[in-house]
Amino acid sequence: MSTDIRIKKGLDIKLKGEAAQVTTNALASNVYSLLPADFHGIIPKLIAKAGTKVKAGEAIFHNKENDQMVFVSPVSGEVLEIIRGEKRKILAVKITADKDQSYFENKAIDVKVVDAETIKSILLSSGCWPFIKQRPYDVIANPNVAPKAIFVSAYSSAPLTANYDYVLEGKETELQAAITALGKLTEGAVHVSVGADSNSPLDGLDGITLHKVSGPHPSGNVGTQIAQIDPVNKGEVVWTVTPQDLVIIGETLLTGKFNAERIIAVGGSIVKTPKYYRTIIGAEVSTFVYDAGVESDEFRLISGNVLTGRAIKPDGFLGYYDNTVTLIPEGNYYELFGWNKPVFEKVSTTRALTFSWLNKNKVYDLDTNTNGEHRAFVLTGNYEEVFPLDIYPLQLLKACMYQDLDEMEALGMYEVAPEDFALTEFICVSKQPHQDIIRKGLDLMIKEIG
Amino acid sequence: MALKDKLHNLKEKYRGTKMAPLFNGFHTFLYTPNETTHSGSHIRGADDLKRTMNTVIMALVPCLIFGMFNAGYQHHLAAGEIERVSSGFFSAEFWNAANFWIGFAKILPLVFVSYVVGLGIEFLFAIKKGHEIEEGYLVTGMLVPLIVPVDIPLWMLSVAIIFGVVIGKEVFGGTGMNILNPALLIRAFLFFAYPTWMSGDKVWVAEAVERTGTADAMSGETVLGALAQGQEAAYSALEMFYGFIPGSVGETSTLLIILGALFLIFSKIGSWRVMLSSVIGAIVMGLIFNQITAAGIIGENSKFYALMNTEFWQHLVLGGFAFGIVYMATDPVTASQTNKGKWIYGFLIGFIGILIRVFNPAYPEGIMLSILLMNVFAPTIDHYVVQGNVKRRMKRLKVKSA
Repeated sequence: MSTDIRIKKGLDIKLKGEAAQVTTNALASNVYSLLPADFHGIIPKLIAKAGTKVKAGEAIFHNKENDQMVFVSPVSGEVLEIIRGEKRKILAVKITADKDQSYFENKAIDVKVVDAETIKSILLSSGCWPFIKQRPYDVIANPNVAPKAIFVSAYSSAPLTANYDYVLEGKETELQAAITALGKLTEGAVHVSVGADSNSPLDGLDGITLHKVSGPHPSGNVGTQIAQIDPVNKGEVVWTVTPQDLVIIGETLLTGKFNAERIIAVGGSIVKTPKYYRTIIGAEVSTFVYDAGVESDEFRLISGNVLTGRAIKPDGFLGYYDNTVTLIPEGNYYELFGWNKPVFEKVSTTRALTFSWLNKNKVYDLDTNTNGEHRAFVLTGNYEEVFPLDIYPLQLLKACMYQDLDEMEALGMYEVAPEDFALTEFICVSKQPHQDIIRKGLDLMIKEIG
Repeated sequence: MALKDKLHNLKEKYRGTKMAPLFNGFHTFLYTPNETTHSGSHIRGADDLKRTMNTVIMALVPCLIFGMFNAGYQHHLAAGEIERVSSGFFSAEFWNAANFWIGFAKILPLVFVSYVVGLGIEFLFAIKKGHEIEEGYLVTGMLVPLIVPVDIPLWMLSVAIIFGVVIGKEVFGGTGMNILNPALLIRAFLFFAYPTWMSGDKVWVAEAVERTGTADAMSGETVLGALAQGQEAAYSALEMFYGFIPGSVGETSTLLIILGALFLIFSKIGSWRVMLSSVIGAIVMGLIFNQITAAGIIGENSKFYALMNTEFWQHLVLGGFAFGIVYMATDPVTASQTNKGKWIYGFLIGFIGILIRVFNPAYPEGIMLSILLMNVFAPTIDHYVVQGNVKRRMKRLKVKSA
């Protein structure tokens, strides 16, 4: 039993340097890092101090609003330092890893028999809760509000992302445990979407409503799928979890051990041998990036994919939710008459002397140059071509910019996350920061409406 | 290489100063800047606003060159020095250097004044407000010389441009914020501020005004002007289609405008929805009028008869209709911003344009007025289209809670 979701509007950006399906164990990282920036809107309250010995899965800090919700260490070791910014805001908690890993023992449970309350309290106390995000607002789910449905997208359509079919191989038991457990927390369905012609380990799971997705990016975005399956209305909440996080949740429930290991794709045009690495959340990216090889001095290192990821330094750390690391060339160069000469090597949705329409399968080597300066919104109708939601993107962006809460609500702000606007941002001739505008709009709504 | 580095150093030197936008305005014409992405998506599409505007300008260049030939041709024709074109679009009577140089000498100053005055104002406002210079005027500056009579005095053009750019655009916040199309506003300003200049049978032919009352006096009435006075059109439909008729500089050749339109549609810069629906709107109105005259409701002695009786398809090649809907109505800032809205907006432009053309013989250029009118109504159209989306969302919620 499955339904088909066909997306027509969108844009597949094909980039050079797709990871080959080979997995290498990354070098063990000396230092791991938890970055509160990954947990949008959470104000961390420290539990561990510098010098505290922690086991893998032991709490480092909790949510200031809710002390049940803890954020745990991905490894066992010693808290090295807590880096603070302005107003003593915590920027990072660094942990030096032990040689031999020991795990904090949570209670292992049989997910089939325990009730929802037990599952919820274990997810909270074991540090698995932050993996559950909610719409509206695209933040970590509020444990006190039951969702109307849970969505899992096991189809990644963004450029150079890890292939879920590959990284989830053999994880059926964990996935099933997590799905069964989460299913008890909602009265609605657990919607799982897989690629139309994929061979996903999630195909055969019990307790799910399966959807087969096809079409260009953003067909793999969970927001696109929610809009097609069961859109979020005012007052409703849905949860979203990524499949790689389901694996961690499942293993924690089954064994009681919080195992933050994950397989990530390392790709991009300047990576010598793009492939997969087995590593741990919060690891130093240098432990695998240089193993894959970097063929450039000036590059952008991104934890996540090129559309939604976060730029990090070469001594930075893997983000909490990321299963992809991308390296592309920096684009800080001037281009003579770049605005009027014919363009063959860059992607465009127009045909204004841009020729990417000639060959749909061409693979590009894009860099971080904006190809123009920031301008006011001028063109209309072009965002709609890559935006499959039943929402007027330009009008919603403008509503966010002039902070009209009523209009934001009416135009569908509850349904969107910044990542849904990654493609409109990509094609924007006015080079407006769409994702930033939407994020600020959502934050304003949280503040004013809650 | 050296130039690139020198310019880069200059840019860094001027960063943050008042003059930075001015310097960057010229710098970015030579080189696209070295800016990299800071937030959100790390890669960006190839197009920027300059490229978009440049595409429109490229679509206008054939009209401009044709206008230069036509200015000379109309001049020589009115002076009785040459014969009417005889052998199709590529007639030698039209395409010759003698024609071109007269037009070139007349029209180049128009283009020059248009850009100098208009961009000057843009620069001033950009420096004053401290933002980068927006490209909006690149297209406006090219449109303006194409929609004015060839003999317009340069001071008049300058006054109109200052009015159009300041009142039409900058007071609303500059490019992207204006309600009315600045180029059309400039034209409308000329029309209403200097009505004796902008109508009649003199201004459409180069040097006709100077020669009034002399032995060499000449005149050239536009086809619309003639029809509005109840006269027969003095040109064949094919001549009108090719554009060998008196009129504003660049608006006469429907053939070249269609080519430009196809280029804009192909490059996905111009909205085919607006263009197509405008044509439909004009045809519908034209047909209605044709039916009225066919049914004898309006008799031949009515002053509206000549224009009303003009066959519906001829309206499409007359006057500024084609030019207006291809280059003016499609301006994304002042048009409807929703795809559904564009259909309504375009249809009403065509419909009302022909209506004004027929019923307002004093100002036969109805398209200009109808586009300006619909510019004003575009936000209203959008409002109702967007409300449709909002209502759908509300309904979904009600079905749920019921």
